[in-house]
Amino acid sequence: MSDVSVHTESAVQHHAPPQGFIRKYVFSLDHKVIGLQYYGLALVAVFTGMVLSWLMRIHLVWPNWPIPGLQWLSKVGAPGGVMTPEYYLSLLTMHGTLMVFFVLTNAPFAAFGNYFLPIQIGAEDMAFPRFNMMSFWTTFVAFCILIAAFFVGDGPPISGWTAYAPLSAVGAASGPGEAVGQTLWGLSIFVFCIASLLGSLNFIATTLDLRTKGMTLSRMPICTWAWFITSCIALLAFAVLLPACLLLILDRVAGTSFFVPGGLVISDSLQPHSGGSPLLWQHLFWFFGHPEVYIAILPAIGIVSHILINSMRRPLLSHKVVIYCMMGIGFLSYMVWGHHMFVSGMNPFSSLMFSFPTLVITIPATIMTLIWLGSLYGSRLRITAASLFALGFISMFVSGGVSGFFLAQPSIDIYLHATYFVVGHFHMVMGVAAIFGIFAGTYFWFPKMTGRMMDENLGKIHFWLTFVGTYCIFMPFHYLGLAGNVRRYSAFVDDYLVPLIPVHRFITIAALFTGAAQIIFLYNLVHSRFRGAPAPPNPWECTSLEWTMPSPPPFDNFGGKHPVVYHDPYQYGVKSSTGDYLMQDSPEQAQT
Amino acid sequence: MGKSFAVVLVVIALLSAIPIITHHWFGTGISFALPEDISTHGHAIDEQLSETMLEAGISFLAAQIVLAVFVWKFSSRAANAEIKTFPGGAKGLVIAALALVGTEMLALGVLGQKAWASVYFTPAKPDALQIQAQAGQFAFYFRYPGADGKFGALHPDKIDEGNSNFFGLDPANDVESRDDIVTGELAIPTNREVHLLMHAKDVGHSFYVRELRIQQDFVPGLDLSVHFTATKPGRYEIVCTQLCGLGHYNMKAYLNVLSPEDFDGWMKQKAAEQ
Repeated sequence: MSDVSVHTESAVQHHAPPQGFIRKYVFSLDHKVIGLQYYGLALVAVFTGMVLSWLMRIHLVWPNWPIPGLQWLSKVGAPGGVMTPEYYLSLLTMHGTLMVFFVLTNAPFAAFGNYFLPIQIGAEDMAFPRFNMMSFWTTFVAFCILIAAFFVGDGPPISGWTAYAPLSAVGAASGPGEAVGQTLWGLSIFVFCIASLLGSLNFIATTLDLRTKGMTLSRMPICTWAWFITSCIALLAFAVLLPACLLLILDRVAGTSFFVPGGLVISDSLQPHSGGSPLLWQHLFWFFGHPEVYIAILPAIGIVSHILINSMRRPLLSHKVVIYCMMGIGFLSYMVWGHHMFVSGMNPFSSLMFSFPTLVITIPATIMTLIWLGSLYGSRLRITAASLFALGFISMFVSGGVSGFFLAQPSIDIYLHATYFVVGHFHMVMGVAAIFGIFAGTYFWFPKMTGRMMDENLGKIHFWLTFVGTYCIFMPFHYLGLAGNVRRYSAFVDDYLVPLIPVHRFITIAALFTGAAQIIFLYNLVHSRFRGAPAPPNPWECTSLEWTMPSPPPFDNFGGKHPVVYHDPYQYGVKSSTGDYLMQDSPEQAQT
Repeated sequence: MGKSFAVVLVVIALLSAIPIITHHWFGTGISFALPEDISTHGHAIDEQLSETMLEAGISFLAAQIVLAVFVWKFSSRAANAEIKTFPGGAKGLVIAALALVGTEMLALGVLGQKAWASVYFTPAKPDALQIQAQAGQFAFYFRYPGADGKFGALHPDKIDEGNSNFFGLDPANDVESRDDIVTGELAIPTNREVHLLMHAKDVGHSFYVRELRIQQDFVPGLDLSVHFTATKPGRYEIVCTQLCGLGHYNMKAYLNVLSPEDFDGWMKQKAAEQ
């Protein structure tokens, strides 16, 4: 981390102001527009995914209640508005796929990363603006392919977002949605991988190559670090999922047998496959799948740290320790994928080898949590909608994290595997926590991105309803798991599951309310975009470079100048001419 | 606002812990307790689960309450209040995390191995009762070797559900398969080890019996097995836990644990029906 990041001007991407609507807003090369496009896509995906979860929750507890309008989405899947068991599984697959890929990967990483990573390091744009535009539009194509599955043949696939073979590989014989729908799913994820690889390469090149004068690696804000580390993880993870999807598609359309063994009999007919291995798919998928969890959560960790520091008016107890923890988590994330497969039939000795690094991940995660808590001590915490969501993130991260203690141990996993305990665990730590990161980032950066302030009061109401609501939804999942409630069931018909239905009913009601509370957010977003109070350049008195420019920033960010960085990113709690903080590009020396 | 956050957080943390501590969902009689363990290995898993629950519970409550207390205390300070550093700083916290969580995780990891090993690292005894389990969309079938103690060979091309040939047996040409007993429920005797040979017919499935503390996937193309000893007679549900298609939720069978005498009687009756 030496002072070597002084770059000549030739290394900086220049481009002229875009002309015309198409170049400005559609096929734009501007990283800020691309960031907003990613955000918009994630917003569409998250509301679609949320509505799907509503439909599933309603079906689980009121299975015969016709949902008005559902029959228009699928005549076969929901005749008269009452969904069939297979349509439930279709919605489950689409919910998971949309949320994991198009929300949790897109919003905290691609959307905010695209918008703020170049600015925070003092660059005019990404290293490869054309690649950047391509990654967004490739992602968009992937999204369209996935959504198309709703409207083909017998609907979307029923094999879940993990698409375990052979269910996903043998075609229409194995069930509805397993014909064209499953192929579209494979194709969509294949295309998504290409987009993510392009995006991560771009992030890495930009971070390493385009830092402005004085912006050493150790002076990068914590969220820039998070996006950078996430890019490195994504580069390796999507590089494995890409060929895996290709092999799955080949199994389906070209008669190969990568994931399908011989001798399978479906509906009394012997399948024309031989020699493949279902476990190979699981290994390839989870080799991507586990790092993917960190692709979702690390950017949120970075964003939340950035916002917390600003709200606490002090730096973290240690900037470096948090960065090393993120690196440690990124590294370990490649050694733990087998913990998704403890009861899959892989060698039981390897379970111990996967269990140990999984337990070890607790250590960097705990260190980070303690650093956040320790930094809160003695701070001057400002409560805003953004900081509330950041604090809520810590709470969710802890709640979702401690349930990991259980699932990391193969012996306990024998009982809890494939139960709602797992559903509660990953929804809290990867779903809700990451979404809280996205909300915090939105409330914090909205003024910069749009030039207008969001309504703080509505933001706080939104926080309270979401915070209490998500606990009401996801805590009971853990209890159901302890009672052995199996996940991915479209109805609870087993003797021991029937008595648990009242708990599911409570969860459904909580989910409907919490989902409805998101309308407040949507209203705030749209209303503030057009009617919000004009935002000053630095409303939160923040130190990083994005707050040195007008809101919203001009197309070339720094107006053709190259900022010079003089300080570590978080000079808070000091005495300076600006107050209790010092901007990164201010030549002034702080007095403490 | 910071104080409300602290109060709400503490209330949520305590309410979250109550159903775990009491195992009850209030006012409804719904229990989240694990069902009684009926296996010889299950107590090791249950003990491991309780230990982990204790450690996770303490970590959960401690972290949430400390977060609440700090937000309460430090969100309402004057704009010029002095910034204080946590005693010990980052170094102290890192050491604390390494020492506390490191030992905790190491202990859980090492202790947990014993429970895992008791299920997976010992082979089934040679005199264990061998039963073959087949999972297919959307039913389990079980096969006992019959009087000759040998399973007849499987011929996937001969599977014919309409004629109840679920396994693809060929009794016309295969002597060993003639006395094989095929049933839709898994009957086993108490206190005798059962070696379950698992075989998937079509896609992935899983064998899960809560009371037995056993969950194992059926993987097409792989011959897997589990072994266990049941200790308490009764009727328990076997459910599928690996997403296998539209009827997944309805794929189940019963485990019928019988006393050794009753089991022999059951076996004779089934052999006579064959």
